[in-house]
Amino acid sequence: MTSQRTRRRRTAPRTPVPIVALAVIAVVFFALPLLALVLRVPWSDVGDLFTASAPREALLLSLLTSVIATACALVLGLPLAWVLARTQLPGRHVIRAVCTLTMVLPPVVAGVALLAALGRRGLIGASLNDWFGIRLPFTTPAVIIAQVFVAMPFLVLTVESALHSTDRTVEDAARTLGASPWTVIRRVTLPAVRPAILSGLVLTWARALGEFGATVTFAGNFPGTTRTLPVATYLALESDVDQALLMSVLLMVVSFVVLVSMRDRWTGAIGGRR
Amino acid sequence: MCFASPWRALVAGLCAIGLLGSCSSDDTTLTVFAASSLTDALDDIIAEHVAAGGPPIRVSYAGSSTLAAQIIDGAPADVFISANPEQMDAVTTVIDGHGAPVTIAHNSLVIAVERDNPLGITGLADLERPDLLIAIAAPEVPAGDYARRALDAAGVVITPTTFETDVRAVVTRVALGEVDAGIVYASDIAGRDTTDADTAAVTAVPLGHPDAARITAEYPAVALDATNAAAVDFIAFLGGPVATAALTARGFSSP
Repeated sequence: MTSQRTRRRRTAPRTPVPIVALAVIAVVFFALPLLALVLRVPWSDVGDLFTASAPREALLLSLLTSVIATACALVLGLPLAWVLARTQLPGRHVIRAVCTLTMVLPPVVAGVALLAALGRRGLIGASLNDWFGIRLPFTTPAVIIAQVFVAMPFLVLTVESALHSTDRTVEDAARTLGASPWTVIRRVTLPAVRPAILSGLVLTWARALGEFGATVTFAGNFPGTTRTLPVATYLALESDVDQALLMSVLLMVVSFVVLVSMRDRWTGAIGGRR
Repeated sequence: MCFASPWRALVAGLCAIGLLGSCSSDDTTLTVFAASSLTDALDDIIAEHVAAGGPPIRVSYAGSSTLAAQIIDGAPADVFISANPEQMDAVTTVIDGHGAPVTIAHNSLVIAVERDNPLGITGLADLERPDLLIAIAAPEVPAGDYARRALDAAGVVITPTTFETDVRAVVTRVALGEVDAGIVYASDIAGRDTTDADTAAVTAVPLGHPDAARITAEYPAVALDATNAAAVDFIAFLGGPVATAALTARGFSSP
């Protein structure tokens, strides 16, 4: 509420026309294909989507794996962002590039890379298989690994840039007042970058939920264990376009609801700060 | 007033996109939509056709169902070559004025195993061994449908480890050693360039069952506009001896 009041008091500057025009093109660019997709969906068949077990199974697997993948990305990605932003480690730029390369790699190539490392004949996978009998490809953990591999950079980059732009003097003040480094991280730094962590988490989750290429390459496709909703949708496209359209809209609706509800929650958090 | 300019800018932008999209190649070029399993063979055939004085040809290779959907949505194809009759039917029932479809080749199924067959697999029946990891194409794609029919014909029940989204991925799985065996088209192994790393790492084993061996993929080709002489000529060429020889060399069987 405070933020609203402050906003009203300021006179809104006129946005230059070219900016509005280009922004409108951008909105249409996104909205038009999605609208066309929704219009093409055979809504009379929507009941089938919930009675048929295959889409439900795929959706549940997608939700489960993407949430676990997001949690893994948080546990590993937060420390990585910290190291990249706050240490003077030599070769940080190289490390950052290596750890974000999967964002630009074609996902299928990311999947091949995972196979080369963790597959039955892979660099580490061969030993895992021979010594412990652990075989990762074609398992649900493989789906999660593929998702973390391609989605974690979104968290790392978001949090790292927030860590760069936070006010370090507050941390210095806390330290001067006798706080231990760990306390400074927990009580000062993390709360300051909380909005960035949240938005990084949602980006990561969204990327993991939609993941297709790396999953299908590394984890394969088996109903119930590795067939996520994007994989099921792609396959349905080969045989039953109507079902594919329904499943893609299901994926869209789930993502849309989460993105919108999360967004509202942070604008409060961010608005209070700005 | 505030909105007039943005909208004008938007319209201008959309027009620019439209202009870019409408630039096309010259009229003599023949556009062929062909099932991706034909890639090597059709490249050979087109080279022969052009050498024999035919028009320039550009090919879009993809899965038959993808191509069929694109043609039905109005993609500018002159010739469609499908890897199964169903997708051909889907197109010919919608498109008016097409020529008569001609079957140009068959493709039998084989078991892809690792080079030199270290596990001694001799036929479909061996795939029931519980220690084997097996990949087949998903039943939604033609190769998976044929594989299922071959297994049914042989009375063999297997639990695949993975249902791949296309048949080439099955070959890659075997080549990488991620699975022990897969069911693929003969042309996926026999007719491919030996420099292809996947193919070099894979050996073909016959299905080892007469009823299963009778299940083959059929490749119908059609001129989508029967009045397009170049397209009709090319269909005739596809059915002729030169094309058949090229197809046989790439592991297909003659119709």
